[in-house]
Amino acid sequence: MALAEQIEPAEPLVRVEDLTVRFPGGRAGFWGQTELEVHAIERMSFEIFPGETLGLVGESGSGKTTAGRAVLGRTPVKSGHIYFDGRDITNIEGDARRLLSRDMQLIFQDPYASLNPRMRILDLVAEPLIVHGLVRNRDEAVDEVKELLRKVGLPANAFERFPHAFSGGQRQRVVIARALALKPRFIVADEPVSALDVSIRAQVVNLLQDLQQEFGLTYLFIAHDLSVVQHVSDRIAIMYAGKLFEIGSADAIYSNPKHPYTEALLSAVPVPDPVIQRSQKRIVFEGEPPSPIYPPKGCRFAKRCPLATAQCENEEPPLAEKAPGQFAACWNRN
Amino acid sequence: MTQKLLEIDNLEVHFTTRRGVVRAVRGVSLSVGKGETLGLVGESGSGKSVTSQAAMGLVHIPGEIVGGDIRWKGQSLLGPEGHPLSRRIRGREMAMIFQDAMTSLNPLFTCGQQITEVLRYHRKMNKAQAQARALELFELVGISAPLERLNQYPFEMSGGMRQRGMIAMALACEPELLIADEPTTALDVTIQAQILELLQDLQKRLDLSIIMITHDLGVVAGLCDRVAVMYGGQIVEEASADEIFSHPAHPYTMGLLRSTPRIDGKDDRMVSIAGSPPDLLQAQQGCAFASRCPSRKAECSRDVQLKEMASRQVACRFPFSGPWSRDFKERTDHIGTR
Amino acid sequence: MEYPSDSTHPDGDEAPDLNAPQIQEEEKTSTFAKAKALLSELWHDKPGFVGFVIIVALVLMAIFAPLIAPYDPAEQSLRARLIPPVWQERGTWEHVLGTDHLGRDILSRIIHGSRISMIVGVAVVALAGGFGITMGLIAGFFGGRIDAAIMRFVDTIIAFPGLLLALVILAVIGPSMTTVIIVLALNGWMVYARMTRGIVLSVRQMPYVEAAEMVGGRSFHVIFRHILPNMMSPLLTLGVLEFARIVLAEAALSFLGLGIQPPATSWGLDVANGKDYLFVAWWLVTIPGCAIAITVLAINLLANWARVTSDPQEREKRFATSVAAMRRRKKSSSPAIQAAE
Repeated sequence: MALAEQIEPAEPLVRVEDLTVRFPGGRAGFWGQTELEVHAIERMSFEIFPGETLGLVGESGSGKTTAGRAVLGRTPVKSGHIYFDGRDITNIEGDARRLLSRDMQLIFQDPYASLNPRMRILDLVAEPLIVHGLVRNRDEAVDEVKELLRKVGLPANAFERFPHAFSGGQRQRVVIARALALKPRFIVADEPVSALDVSIRAQVVNLLQDLQQEFGLTYLFIAHDLSVVQHVSDRIAIMYAGKLFEIGSADAIYSNPKHPYTEALLSAVPVPDPVIQRSQKRIVFEGEPPSPIYPPKGCRFAKRCPLATAQCENEEPPLAEKAPGQFAACWNRN
Repeated sequence: MTQKLLEIDNLEVHFTTRRGVVRAVRGVSLSVGKGETLGLVGESGSGKSVTSQAAMGLVHIPGEIVGGDIRWKGQSLLGPEGHPLSRRIRGREMAMIFQDAMTSLNPLFTCGQQITEVLRYHRKMNKAQAQARALELFELVGISAPLERLNQYPFEMSGGMRQRGMIAMALACEPELLIADEPTTALDVTIQAQILELLQDLQKRLDLSIIMITHDLGVVAGLCDRVAVMYGGQIVEEASADEIFSHPAHPYTMGLLRSTPRIDGKDDRMVSIAGSPPDLLQAQQGCAFASRCPSRKAECSRDVQLKEMASRQVACRFPFSGPWSRDFKERTDHIGTR
Repeated sequence: MEYPSDSTHPDGDEAPDLNAPQIQEEEKTSTFAKAKALLSELWHDKPGFVGFVIIVALVLMAIFAPLIAPYDPAEQSLRARLIPPVWQERGTWEHVLGTDHLGRDILSRIIHGSRISMIVGVAVVALAGGFGITMGLIAGFFGGRIDAAIMRFVDTIIAFPGLLLALVILAVIGPSMTTVIIVLALNGWMVYARMTRGIVLSVRQMPYVEAAEMVGGRSFHVIFRHILPNMMSPLLTLGVLEFARIVLAEAALSFLGLGIQPPATSWGLDVANGKDYLFVAWWLVTIPGCAIAITVLAINLLANWARVTSDPQEREKRFATSVAAMRRRKKSSSPAIQAAE
């Protein structure tokens, strides 16, 4: 893709090329003779540049989480390639993969489930250091753990407690401290604030931004709607039913979306203002996403799209450049 | 003055845990009139769901209603004399929908079987009548291909359709009040928009009263007439929706409003309220929000009551007044951290 | 305290909340205090407490059997044959629970018999549990063909009749306590394997397990640091329940003459010996029978308590119920006091 040269001359840190992921979807037929496949991601390509945040937005079943997991090598890839720092890491396994985890980390959605309830904070944060042999035991890690906790805004004396003593926002800070322990360059944040209370979310989002500044981190920030990503992303990618629908700079996506689905997503987020809500008619699209087992022949959004034509039903639109640096997959928009 | 349907008066709900007594609801008073939509907004642990569960008689061990009263059209639903009455009212005149339709529907029966069951039990319909009515209800809530859906099991339906099915079931007995506990939280934004649209439409067509329980101020803004904001088991502010959003008086409402991300906003940084939600295990003294409140003063360590202030009720000694203006925004910039 | 407006970590002032006293309290408790809290919880569950007391008594009895028992359990005295228990007409205080057809003291035999029950129970649970849990962990963690192979093997063993297996093994190496332990362990490990596999499959889905893999943890590390500790409580409950089953099974094998051999003592063996004298001397069968029944019942009572305790939700519910009951009792007694005044 020519995306790289046009936006930024720098080498992308992460490059995903024609990524296709399919999961076994059971069997059909009386004897189970037909093997079904869930088409999780179809021919997806994108790049993430050093120091930038790419927001990846999609609803449930869009394949956004699968995309994040595929980049981290946590899900088998059917075809396509993933490059990290110029190196093809698609099929790396075993010790090499383990070594790669020093560079790429994951922040989970649910801070209540992603911390082992039977381990103290010290053990949790020191674990990455220990399994990589960077320290020999937890006592050696104490200073480093204290420093990490300070970085994420937790009091230093937090390290001897168990996760249950912490609130959701504080737990997510522990998760972040753990992810930072190996000094990674790239972090996939899979809906890191969706499980948190509204009044706490910004604490965590702002922390992630501060840390990005401080350590020059690169983020893939996954979200299910456009409200939070707006604040953190340099560029935004929109996914629907396994396909990349639109990608472009955050400003362009918000002010001048090129795909009708992006418009729908933008208008669906309820604005906390009754006056605006009354004056502004929401675009409510009928229907639901297509079956991932039997995806339609043409555009996957055609069934719900107000602009759909016969061409949309029959031919899949390619991701085309609609404005400088802004790509969208739609036949009817320029 | 519209007729009051549900009145909750000084409700106290305690949960007995091994770590101590959690005072989940501390003196909550609420009322909903005929055809009115009330938004009950709060974060996790604010007591909003427990309040609604108490109204529906769904508070079970380890929870217990220890004080206050719940009245339906003036008659108490609590106490021994309220018991037969409450069974008649709850589920029929007052119905509830939940966040997760998958766990609220029985996976072993088709949606049609479940809804006709309700109709035959509560409304004493025969099989054919119940079938016809179920079809009507499915059409009412906008389920596509209703006849086929009646024969589908919950797991065969998508999240949005299941939620519609649950709404249809709640409406089966033609309730006057619908309590919706985070009905769109588990749904995608585009599906959430559909469901909100549906609720708004049903409210108008059936003259329903709705209590909308949510953590999302955006959901409340388009749907509700009145909004009550809960924090730490208490109502901290109650006012008309327009007033709450145009000039919130309680510092918590203010903080919540400012920390709700807006896609029409231009700020680069998100705003939050510092600190963590209160620990309900602790014996609360004074305002529950005090520890996170930027305009806290010494007096805040004494208990605050919900007080009438112009056309609203606020539980704060130092409420904001005046409209939300640029000037005002600057004045309150220290609420929430940058 | 003012909010710092421009510090890098504005939320560092969450510290006071962290220092909430009840958190400290729970965190700082020593093992001793924890055990004490657990005991007091047990005290509130009366059936569980009774079970616990009986089991502790049995264990002490088994350990100190030679010191407690008034006679050598194998010592015969043909002059003192078939003496009934003390509360019967011909009973004497010399033999509190009477004597059997060879004049052996039944009380001593019961006390020594408890040793066999405990040793066999503990050994079988340890052997079968160790092997079964290992197999289950391997099957559940690695999945795929390994899982299929292990679980089909488990299915095969389960389909094989236990008694037949016992007979085959006994025919080869002859009956003894070791044989009993081996036979019962071979017969009982499958339930651990199946349960462990099931829990592993669900715990594996937990994000914290994936998180451990994500930071580069090896399988071995993930299994022992993250999966195993989080499945201990259901497995302990299973172990206790299995213990009860083993006590019964040992008694049954001994009764059939396939288990413990004389001159060693076993409750099952005593029941078998006494069955010919059922109409003359009922106590020969009844007393060891009661010993078996009480032991199994006590273990089950304790297991039931342990099951509820290992489920956090059930545990809270039980606690709240007991508190509510206590409050009601107080309430119902207070009007009575008022009336009296």
